Amino acid sequence: MSATPLEEHDTAAILAAGAKPRRFGAFYVMEHKLLGMRAYAQTIVATSIGNPLVYLFALGIGLATLVDQNASGLQGVGYLAFVAPALLASAAVTVAAEEATYPFLLGFKWVPIFYAMNAAPISGRQIASGMYLAMLARIVPTVTIYFVIMLLFGAVPSSLGWLMIPAAALTGLAVATLIGSYSSGVEEDKGQMAMIMRFGVLPMFLFSGTFFPLEQLPVYLQWIGWISPLWHGTELSRVFSYGLEEPIWLTVIHVVYLVGLAAWGWLATQRVVTRRLNK
Amino acid sequence: MSPHPATLDCVPAPVITATSLVKKYKDFAAVDGLDFEVAPGESFGLLGPNGAGKSTTMRMVGAVSTRTSGTLSILGLDPDQHGPEIRSRLGVVPQQDNLDTELRARDNLIVYGRYFGLPRKQVEKRADELLAFAQLEDRAKAKVDDLSGGMKRRLTIARALINDPRILLLDEPTTGLDPQARHILWDRLFRLKEQGTTLVLTTHYMDEAEQLCDRLIVVDKGKIMAEGSPAELIRKHSSREVLEVRFGSDRNAVVAEQLHGSGERIEVLPDRILVYSDNGEAELERITSAGLQPMTSLVRRSSLEDVFLRLTGRSLIE
Ligand SMILES: Nc1ncnc2c1ncn2[C@@H]1O[C@H](COP(=O)(O)OP(=O)(O)OP(=O)(O)O)[C@@H](O)[C@H]1O
Ligand SMILES: [Mg+2]
Repeated sequence: MSATPLEEHDTAAILAAGAKPRRFGAFYVMEHKLLGMRAYAQTIVATSIGNPLVYLFALGIGLATLVDQNASGLQGVGYLAFVAPALLASAAVTVAAEEATYPFLLGFKWVPIFYAMNAAPISGRQIASGMYLAMLARIVPTVTIYFVIMLLFGAVPSSLGWLMIPAAALTGLAVATLIGSYSSGVEEDKGQMAMIMRFGVLPMFLFSGTFFPLEQLPVYLQWIGWISPLWHGTELSRVFSYGLEEPIWLTVIHVVYLVGLAAWGWLATQRVVTRRLNK
Repeated sequence: MSPHPATLDCVPAPVITATSLVKKYKDFAAVDGLDFEVAPGESFGLLGPNGAGKSTTMRMVGAVSTRTSGTLSILGLDPDQHGPEIRSRLGVVPQQDNLDTELRARDNLIVYGRYFGLPRKQVEKRADELLAFAQLEDRAKAKVDDLSGGMKRRLTIARALINDPRILLLDEPTTGLDPQARHILWDRLFRLKEQGTTLVLTTHYMDEAEQLCDRLIVVDKGKIMAEGSPAELIRKHSSREVLEVRFGSDRNAVVAEQLHGSGERIEVLPDRILVYSDNGEAELERITSAGLQPMTSLVRRSSLEDVFLRLTGRSLIE
């Protein structure tokens, strides 16, 4: 540090100093968040192994015995194969909902690290992106573990089953950015986060064709599935896992809907975070 | 990209230039037309009461808050266009600590260093040097929540130095700290100043401004009330000495009537009367010989507090 006058070459050096943060800022934010997650690494690992074991045993083995005795399989497969892809997609959505609610409130208010990042060369857009990258970095291993355990249970008939991993990650991202675009603008938690979980995420699990096909619902309730990213993600996963038969255009719609939602939510979150940081 | 405006030989170009700087929140002007310059290596202060617009000014200088009007140049660049570039050469200590409590002390520095695009190895080395500078070597692995207020503040300062900044912005660096913790902090800041770091700090403590600032502006309601070095301001806006006399809260006002004409000027506060004069003892003698017996009396040197009182008619700390 020296007290030299500002010269033209100084300006050039300062402009150069901003180049790396401008390019890689979002990755630095991800790095930071992942380091923070290390504090709960054990919990994260335990749940991502324990979760699939518990659910696949209870639903895939326990409930499946009952269902398979009474019905001659669902959509041409046993209940275990039917429910497992849905559970995998749901696992991604659970992580997504968790990472898209409180971490945003935390970063703005309780542990206001977003302001610290922004005081460094990181922009609001990069902060939003970094949050979602960190979330993806958690979702991908979670669903990969799920997939491996599904394989061990013999719940993946198709050789394309591994495509469930990107499908579930995309589903998680669509839900996360949708929630995040809202929660990043919340100034004070007056129970909105609990409401999102109770009246958004939980019904989504129940009405997205997770435990039974959507067609089993009365027609006037089926729209919940059609707008639910989890239903689209679940159906997509089923296509990959056991070749669920549906028209190709519907499969295309699943992908387009999820990508569109994720892109919209991602951009919306960037806008909200940027606006909020510029006080 | 225009280079910095030409300046006279030997006069270093300012690192910060603000002209008619304004920040409005709806119709309310939190910063209402500030003009100031900060030279490299200078230690510049913004002194003012709560709500004066100090933090708002610091956020604009820190290139995170967009100004409503006026011009602002930091290191020769406009923050509207080159926010990230400017911020890569600044160190910022905000009014409220915003350390990451999920990380340990040293990790806070490392993660932060990465935001400037610095290589991990370099950041790790620098983190250890700065922990030593902040006298926190033995707390490297401590959780942030287990640090005292003064330690957190020092860690925040260490974090702000991770990129070896050209300018260090400190928003009320010692507010809320006990006297000992403040002195430790002042000592660290003084070292930075000696090393030639440009400091910009806000405070509502006179002693802090007197200790640390080469030059300062007194701000109230978003406007500059006075500008100069602490000594200049005192010379210009106050007398050399101040006599403080107390007659009891119910009598101060009555006695004040009789004191008119004493010293250069008197100021009646709810709990005491201030008599401004170059010779406080002589004033006290005159008052007692007139038959007025103060309950307590004190002669002291004028401070920036007196300057502020003079300029605004209000105390700095309400
Ligand atoms: N984001 C905002 N929206 C609306 N008003 C604001 C905002 N930020 C600051 N203000 C107002 O602007 C004025 C100046 O605030 P600022 O925080 O800059 O004062 P300050 O000098 O730092 O005071 P303090 O000593 O209390 O920190 C205050 O009246 C404050 O209420
Ligand atoms: Mg302030």
